[in-house]
Amino acid sequence: MPKPAEVTLPSDREVRVTRTFIAPRQLVWDAHTRPELVKKWQGYEGWDMPVCDMDVRVGGKYRWQWRSREDGQQFGFFGKFTEVDRPSKLVHEQYFDPGDADFEMPTGDPCIVSLELGEQDGVTTLVCNLTFASKEARDGAVSTGMTDGMEHSYTRLDDMFEAAA
Amino acid sequence: MNPTLFRALDRPVLPLYITFKLYNQIIMLASERLDLTFAALSDPTRRAILARLAKGETTVTELARPFEISQPAISKHLKVLERAGLVSGDIDAQRRPRRLEPKRLEEAADWIERYRAIFEQNYQRLDALLEELQARPPRRKRTKR
Repeated sequence: MPKPAEVTLPSDREVRVTRTFIAPRQLVWDAHTRPELVKKWQGYEGWDMPVCDMDVRVGGKYRWQWRSREDGQQFGFFGKFTEVDRPSKLVHEQYFDPGDADFEMPTGDPCIVSLELGEQDGVTTLVCNLTFASKEARDGAVSTGMTDGMEHSYTRLDDMFEAAA
Repeated sequence: MNPTLFRALDRPVLPLYITFKLYNQIIMLASERLDLTFAALSDPTRRAILARLAKGETTVTELARPFEISQPAISKHLKVLERAGLVSGDIDAQRRPRRLEPKRLEEAADWIERYRAIFEQNYQRLDALLEELQARPPRRKRTKR
């Protein structure tokens, strides 16, 4: 089993996630860049991913959208690729698309998502770095109404993890 | 509270969606206080000091002993830890014992753990996919499911 994901905060604008995979780098790259593979893991029970368009090249756009099987609500992410160095580095600007899901989310400044893959002895180390536009953008994106919802979702998550443990 | 949101949260929710909610969480918590906490935790000496204090309260003199740095340097690190609310004690009183204040540390660890868990869920599905792809090498024609 690979080591669980590690999360660090390199600066007040960043979040970094590190994870290893027992697979060659090319395969991990494919899983992040080929829509038919992306759909298989970037999702969740009860949600389909009807839109997974990815034009993986510098300046190319992508759009991900999920739809609830239960009530058809949709939301997603979109943006464009700013750095493509296969199979080791992929950077994209990520915007949130609230769709018709009626969630109050920041939709202005993008989050820069950088993915770096390194391989040693058949084990691939993934480093995913999320960088916000600015502290101001972050602060401006606060939606006070979210607090209760967040707590609620955390509780759900905690329940899920406890059930899975 | 938005009823639609509640409904959405009453069933398993897409990890990426929650990730986005956590962006908001960063904004809420990472303002000043959490910033201070993580900045304080970014230094290995300060983490070692916290590890020592986790075993029990102690004086600055005692704290400085295992480190190859001066007592004033330790005091400086302690000041950072105190500003972040991670350690309590009066910086001017060298002999007064310093104590670990676990609340802030727990807050930071809790936030990180939630964030981590969301990514981990996604990555466990990726593990399964990678395993499947390696067990069954891709053919010219992929079977769709």
